[in-house]
Amino acid sequence: MKIHEYQAKDILAKYGVAIPRGEVANTLDEALEVAKQLFAEGAKGVVVKAQIHAGGRGKGGGVKVAKTVEEAEQYAKQILGMQLVTHQTGPQGQKVQRLLIEETAAIDRELYLGIVLDRAAAKLVFMASQAGGMEIEEVAARDPKAIHKVYIEPSVGFQAYQARELAFALGLKPTQIGDAVKFMMGLYKAYVDTDASLLEINPFITTKDDELFALDCKINFDDNAMFRHKDLRELRDVAEEDPLEVEASKYALNYIKLDGNIACMVNGAGLAMATMDIIQYAGGMPANFLDVGGGANQQQIEHAFEILLSDKNVQAVFINIFGGILRVDTLAQGVVQAAKNLKVKVPVVLRLEGTNVEEGRRILQESGLKFQVGATMKEAAELVVAAAKGAA
Amino acid sequence: MAVLVDKNTRLIVQGITGKEGTFHAKGCAEYGTTVVGGVTPGKGGTTHEGWPVFDTVAKAVEETGANATVIFVPPPFAADAILEANEAGLPLIICITEGIPVNDMVKVWSVLKHSKSRLIGPNCPGVISPGKAKIGIMPGRIHKEGSVGIVSRSGTLTYEAVYQLTQRGIGQSTAIGIGGDPIIGTTHLEALMLLNEDPETEAIVLIGEIGGTAEETAAHYVKKHVKKPVVGFIAGQTAPPGRRMGHAGAIISGGQGTAAEKMKALSEAGIHVVQSPAQIGETVAKVIGKA
Repeated sequence: MKIHEYQAKDILAKYGVAIPRGEVANTLDEALEVAKQLFAEGAKGVVVKAQIHAGGRGKGGGVKVAKTVEEAEQYAKQILGMQLVTHQTGPQGQKVQRLLIEETAAIDRELYLGIVLDRAAAKLVFMASQAGGMEIEEVAARDPKAIHKVYIEPSVGFQAYQARELAFALGLKPTQIGDAVKFMMGLYKAYVDTDASLLEINPFITTKDDELFALDCKINFDDNAMFRHKDLRELRDVAEEDPLEVEASKYALNYIKLDGNIACMVNGAGLAMATMDIIQYAGGMPANFLDVGGGANQQQIEHAFEILLSDKNVQAVFINIFGGILRVDTLAQGVVQAAKNLKVKVPVVLRLEGTNVEEGRRILQESGLKFQVGATMKEAAELVVAAAKGAA
Repeated sequence: MAVLVDKNTRLIVQGITGKEGTFHAKGCAEYGTTVVGGVTPGKGGTTHEGWPVFDTVAKAVEETGANATVIFVPPPFAADAILEANEAGLPLIICITEGIPVNDMVKVWSVLKHSKSRLIGPNCPGVISPGKAKIGIMPGRIHKEGSVGIVSRSGTLTYEAVYQLTQRGIGQSTAIGIGGDPIIGTTHLEALMLLNEDPETEAIVLIGEIGGTAEETAAHYVKKHVKKPVVGFIAGQTAPPGRRMGHAGAIISGGQGTAAEKMKALSEAGIHVVQSPAQIGETVAKVIGKA
């Protein structure tokens, strides 16, 4: 689960991590109010920041520094409601619904701090780099030695000596080390307490007055742990997600929208990915990833069908089911019911194997609906690609 | 001979009185696995579907002589269940549960890596040695006893591979579903080593997917140590970066873990990499000379 920068900063502030003064604004009036107050309190400038989940906001024109209240108002007007396009949003961009207005800082150095899971080591790794303000992936590709890493023993947690090691690697001044250790300890505690899956402070800045701040920050949470974080679940902003994906999540369906025109419905994540691959191999393009899971019932299948068909790009549907726990006859009933209710106009190709497959095939045949059935995954993929081309 | 699971397996089921636990305990027993009991805290001393139920894993092991456990405990309690099984000294722990918080698994693994117990999963279909025994949720009847070993991160994709082999009359020695989570007990590498050392396994199918670098690590081992033919497939060639494709571990992050990288590493190790999942069966047939 992703959250906004202002939400992440609220969380970090509770852990004693230094954040620039500022507040979120949902309207132009609120933005003006916050800017006025920051200037009244002695700010030399304010930064107006678009709050969307995607990165690369500055390059897309979603982050502007204002020297006066008037300038702040002008920028807020520009950014609020704009369709912000970044390298992570896709060409359609993401609508800016709110802003974060913050006091500017007298930046001395821009550094990087991050915590992630190292899968191979099965440990959290705390990373620090002097190359702040750049994407860490770029740094890693260009100069891996520029990233300092310490691995955290789960039984004892992140230790002060490890924080000092990173602080020294960042070349911080002796007067900054104590604050930096406290800062990093706060980040680690926030990461563990919230069941985060990624925490990045980029840039982590030092000021000319020797202060340290999290100028920008990003926190993602482990979806699997959200059952024990009711407060964090409320931070979800569905406006930032694809509407069809939000709809699918209501029915516990694992759906990811893609750009192609062949919808697919599959049970199991691995087979679902492989189905997308075989569509491409047969010369088509998948419109989505959809794993209906092992225990799907008839209603879920109907909802799944509905979601697939609400994607306007879809020219054909490929249903690939290997019934283990999910019985093929249950699936077939769901498909027939959904096809009748939704008056499906696009061709539907099925490939069914596994538990109760004969019964499933009989249900399809007796439905009076025109389904195409492929004997193998390959044959079905070729059928559906041909069907989509015929419909286009 | 097969690996991990066979006629000597004595299985207990953690979460045996739950819906999933009950259903699959019966499934395993029907397939021929010796299921000796189950664990549900608070229901010790009762029987369930004819099996004795115990309060603790230690008690179950003491009373039944179990040497393997399968876990069907819900995600919030699954890490605890794994640690309890480890404490009881069970040599084989198979965790089916999907959705365990990754930070729980970080802690579990810090204990398990020093342990003699082997963990398979979590978020996996389990292990089957066709014709002998199965521990898990896979449909037994699509399998056939034979000499092809399979290791895979995905459940249904394993069934697909098995089915393609069985259709061609090619049997399997053991199929190991290692699980789709970022942290798993037995990796591709370790499963591959087991199959490589198994005299009954003549060829190996390695099924991977996007995310992490475990397939690459296994490929290095294949290049150096494996003489048996290996057929590989990587799911997620069309997956967009930064999105979690169903499995918690199936994500391309920071440009790492792409299918292209993995397929390259596998090919360079001399593994017969197939582009399409439909080619797994025919390619195995070719490499073992049964085409």
